[in-house]
Amino acid sequence: MSTSADQTPATTDLVTVTIDGIETHVEQGTLIIRAAEQIGIEIPRFCDHPLLKPAGACRQCLVDVASPGPDGNLRAFPKPQASCTMPVTEGMVVNTQNTSEEAERAQKGVMELLLINHPLDCPVCDKGGECPLQNQAMSHGRGESRFVDVKRVFEKPLALSSEILLDRERCILCQRCTRFSQEIAGDAFIDLQNRGAMQQIGTFNEDVLGFDGYGPVGAAAEDETGNAFSSYYSGNTIQICPVGALTSASYRFRSRPFDLVSSPGISEHDSSGSAIRTDHRRGKILRRLADNDPVVNEEWVTDKDRFAFAWQNLADRITQPLVRKDGELVEASWPEALAAAAAGLTAAIGKTGTPADKKAKGVGVLPGGRVTLEDAYAYAKFARLVLDTNDVDARTRWSSDEEQAFLGASVAGTGLGVTFAELEKAPTVLLVGFEPEDEGGVVFLRLKKSAGRQKVFTVASHLSRGPEKLGATLLPAVPGHEASVVASLKGAKAAYKDLRAPGSIIVVGERAAASPGTLTAVEALAKRAKARVAWIPRRAGERGAVEAGALPGLLPGGRDAAVTAARNAVAKAWGASSLPNTKGRDADAIIAAASAKALDALVIGGVDDSDLTEDLLKAITNAKFTVSLEVRRTAVADAADVVLPVAPPSEKSGTFVNWEGRLRAFGTAIHTDAMSDHRVLDLLARQLGTDLGTATVDAINAELASLGAAATSHRPKAPAEPTPAAPKKSGGTDGELVLATWHQLVDEGALQDGEPYLAGTGRMAVARVSPATAEALGLHGVITVTAKRRGAIDVPVAVTEGMVDNVVWLPTKSPGSWVAQQLGVQPGDTVVVKGAAS
Amino acid sequence: MTDLTPVLSATWGLDRSWNFDTYAAHGGYEAATKALTMDKADIIQAVKDSGLRGRGGAGFPTGMKWGFLPEPDGGPRYLVVNADESEPGACKDVPTMMASPHTVIEGMIITAFAIGCDHAFIYVRGEVVHVYRRLMKAVAEARDNGWLGKDIKGTGFNLEITVHAGAGAYICGEETALLDSLEGRRGQPRLKPPFPAVAGLYARPTVVNNVESIASVPPIIAKGVDWFASMGTEKSKGMGFFSLSGHVKRPGQYEAPLGITARELIEMAGGMREGHELKFWTPGGSSTPIFTDEHLDTPLDYESVGAAGSMLGTRSLQIFDETTCVVRAVERWTHFYKHESCGKCTPCREGTYWLELIMRRLEAGQGTMADIQQLLDTCDSIAGRAFCALGDAATAPIISSVEYFREEYVRHVTEGGCPFDRAAAALFDYDSAPEEAHA
Repeated sequence: MSTSADQTPATTDLVTVTIDGIETHVEQGTLIIRAAEQIGIEIPRFCDHPLLKPAGACRQCLVDVASPGPDGNLRAFPKPQASCTMPVTEGMVVNTQNTSEEAERAQKGVMELLLINHPLDCPVCDKGGECPLQNQAMSHGRGESRFVDVKRVFEKPLALSSEILLDRERCILCQRCTRFSQEIAGDAFIDLQNRGAMQQIGTFNEDVLGFDGYGPVGAAAEDETGNAFSSYYSGNTIQICPVGALTSASYRFRSRPFDLVSSPGISEHDSSGSAIRTDHRRGKILRRLADNDPVVNEEWVTDKDRFAFAWQNLADRITQPLVRKDGELVEASWPEALAAAAAGLTAAIGKTGTPADKKAKGVGVLPGGRVTLEDAYAYAKFARLVLDTNDVDARTRWSSDEEQAFLGASVAGTGLGVTFAELEKAPTVLLVGFEPEDEGGVVFLRLKKSAGRQKVFTVASHLSRGPEKLGATLLPAVPGHEASVVASLKGAKAAYKDLRAPGSIIVVGERAAASPGTLTAVEALAKRAKARVAWIPRRAGERGAVEAGALPGLLPGGRDAAVTAARNAVAKAWGASSLPNTKGRDADAIIAAASAKALDALVIGGVDDSDLTEDLLKAITNAKFTVSLEVRRTAVADAADVVLPVAPPSEKSGTFVNWEGRLRAFGTAIHTDAMSDHRVLDLLARQLGTDLGTATVDAINAELASLGAAATSHRPKAPAEPTPAAPKKSGGTDGELVLATWHQLVDEGALQDGEPYLAGTGRMAVARVSPATAEALGLHGVITVTAKRRGAIDVPVAVTEGMVDNVVWLPTKSPGSWVAQQLGVQPGDTVVVKGAAS
Repeated sequence: MTDLTPVLSATWGLDRSWNFDTYAAHGGYEAATKALTMDKADIIQAVKDSGLRGRGGAGFPTGMKWGFLPEPDGGPRYLVVNADESEPGACKDVPTMMASPHTVIEGMIITAFAIGCDHAFIYVRGEVVHVYRRLMKAVAEARDNGWLGKDIKGTGFNLEITVHAGAGAYICGEETALLDSLEGRRGQPRLKPPFPAVAGLYARPTVVNNVESIASVPPIIAKGVDWFASMGTEKSKGMGFFSLSGHVKRPGQYEAPLGITARELIEMAGGMREGHELKFWTPGGSSTPIFTDEHLDTPLDYESVGAAGSMLGTRSLQIFDETTCVVRAVERWTHFYKHESCGKCTPCREGTYWLELIMRRLEAGQGTMADIQQLLDTCDSIAGRAFCALGDAATAPIISSVEYFREEYVRHVTEGGCPFDRAAAALFDYDSAPEEAHA
């Protein structure tokens, strides 16, 4: 039997093949089409895609092949072969369209057939100008069609989802989209339907097919939104479509590819640092695409990375500084706004030179989790050097001191740690407080690549769709008590045995911070199983903020702010005599202190108050003075005293540090006069009499490089939080349940504003409880969840098999379920659940 | 004159020939009884030595196909009987399963035993509900009589047979599309390799055999290799069904040694209908290039038919007399291939669509001389380019009919219509028949 195409070739086995007279040596198992690429010979193709399994469907890549028979003499195959499905063998001789008339005739024939039913609507087609079919028809096709009959037509477009539209008459049925959905995303929501000339891509919609009584079955039925094709990765199908059959609602008919300027960039939506391409025209972003980065995101991005960019340029974009006068925010010049901000902060830090200075209570700084490394560094330095405080925390989410110790000891300044490639190759992966699809985006795709070859365990309240697609085993945990589950992994436990396979990885998410003892337990488990740990937060700026020291107890490079030598090293580099040595407050404490008037002022970056359990707006109201550095007129900006406009990611350059610890530098896509946070802070510091030295990205990076990573003795000690006692049995008839919650990938996060087509693909907000809990509390239909604060959440209940009892899961920020704002609780807290009033 | 050799059809004339008792009373299950005492390798060797070649059309040696299975690894191995008979003109497997389903089941028992399979499947085309029912009944009878289930006849051999009804697609006669369909997927051919012998049903080693091939196994075991090999020609041994249909006096199944000629078969069928003469015929169903009267003495074995420019295929002889318009006949076949194209690959999906449009135009007298060339050019873009053999099949009747009857295509163009009287070719009262029959 010949080698199957998907076997991993051994690197040492090179075979010799001659293509168009050029002899080359390639790894065994290489497909002819790939071998040809290696020596610069392009064979036309449509269905072939290097990241998808071979299909051999379009037949465009036919070439003449001869290979040695048992007697050693070359024997030609009687007919042209599809070069995208046939692996090379020793001594094979291939003649492509360049050297074989038969191959050229075969390709021209297939091209003619592809075009007989393809509309000649290139002038209005989104793909026109960047279309493989158009290009290859020009290079390998006939000038004029011999087809004189009526072309096949379909009603158009067919909405596969609110975002993805399908023009079936343009489709050449290469099946790249269906193969992507099945093989890469694991979301087989679209497939071929009907047959022959009426074959088409679709979502099993009986209204389209005219079937009677056929509904979605299998994976397609599991999409509880009721929307078809609600995959988090559906946008990739548009990009790999070799014709204009798949388009997005947001880009369709908006532009011609040759009018666009393309700028490479890095996505601001998650901590993966996916490479993207921003296509813009006259300063306006028209679309974003995945860029090819084999070590990070390969050729894929999430739909959020691709479609969520409108937020940067909505009507509430701030372009001029605002200063509060007579209770109203009014536009002001930069000098005026900087002076006002400086005055307010000077008073708060007690540097006015008046007796009031004695009562000054200082300033807290909240940079937010979406800043670049350079911005985070500027906030960290601004707090210490200008505001003389350690009250700075970029973690505007659930956090803890234990987490800070973990980050300082094991994450900050450790450089490139676990990588995407290592995650893909790991024999066993344990997920702790981490949802690969909802919170990881392309991390899920890497794990999916190894599905079936890799053992996955997840410590969670239930098996959500992502881990389920990975074939993961649930290690059920009551939220807040993940530590005891992690600690129990030892001895003869199956998960522990598997985790001891060399190369295994423990992935821990940012939610672990909300569960006392978990990070301590993870470190201990890693030590005993000899596994490695990857910390994968959600937001793009989290890792950079840790590196830059934008945490209360951490200085740049993982230095412990409480260690004098570490502090002095940084002070020396910054040209300061000393740095503040008071213990800094974390974000929650900063907000609470401001609310309690224990802090006078706040400097706030990109923080959305609705993401916080603490009441940030109340803190701003109670604080004497607030400076907001914002892109948009948010509730925070509206409440501030001075608002300094800053640039959104597409209008600035900088670096996101992704969860691997990889520096993901990006340049400015669209040049405007908007300034980055670090530049604004540099100006503000100057106004306050300090040269912060953060005016440019280059200056900051030079400084960061000279600081380097902390010596072990300068780092915080690894956390030693005890594992809390087993949870007491609760969930009686009083309806008290423990809350589990995380963000779904497509939800109502602020960076998804202004993109209704994307929002339409989000999953419906449901509450999840176990069958026993639903039974005990009589939960069905719409249920009401309440907690200590504010409002109530009314969502339909979805009874979930295999879920831990006495727990209710809610999406953190999906339509109708804003947990932080409405309930003011975090995972592990108790909420009250009641069935619908009958 | 070659004699008919009724072997599989020997019991068809008996009262309730499909019942277990009738079958058993006439030597049924003797071969299985014998096989279960034999060494597995000996059974495979016997089938190899007999020279039995696949009766589903391709003619691949059956024993060699079994021999391709890898060594047992403890996991399941499957036998799948291809009973998706759908080729226009083919009508041999359906009567076999109707008249003597136990021949098939006995063949499956022997084959499954030989290849180490304990779960076998019959994939029967869904349209023939009566056959489906009869197979289910026969399987139940075989089980009641101890021929299926656990520890068959005390030998320790276990076998289950599942009868599966397809949903009506010609492509599912292609063995890998059949396997996908049997697994509950969309029936489209798979990429090969891996071949079914290595990774077939549920990615396990699988043998896929035609009904007639499997039914031929019991007589080989019971009567011996020499008996089987004494029939037929040097490389095409044994007997087989020749299915005659069309303008002959007695259409039907003629079980005869391979190598018999069409002239002999037509004579056995009582000759052409009264007052008419042969115009063209298919040796193996619509997928094989047509023959004319000059091929009447070509021995109907794999080699001779191949040498004469066609294929033995399923030995389905559709016989047309001089009243038949070849353009219309080919147009009907082309419609079939367009309708049955699975859509997976470009040449077949788009090509058959185009071919049908041109054929329709020509038959309606609206074609041009350029259309005749376009037909051949389009066929050239399909044949040898498609993913599976269905694409090649669609071009066979067109290319061969233009070769032999180009002047008839030309007449359709120059006369601006079909020169034939449809009613004259019909074997029914054409004028009073419903509209659908006028296609």
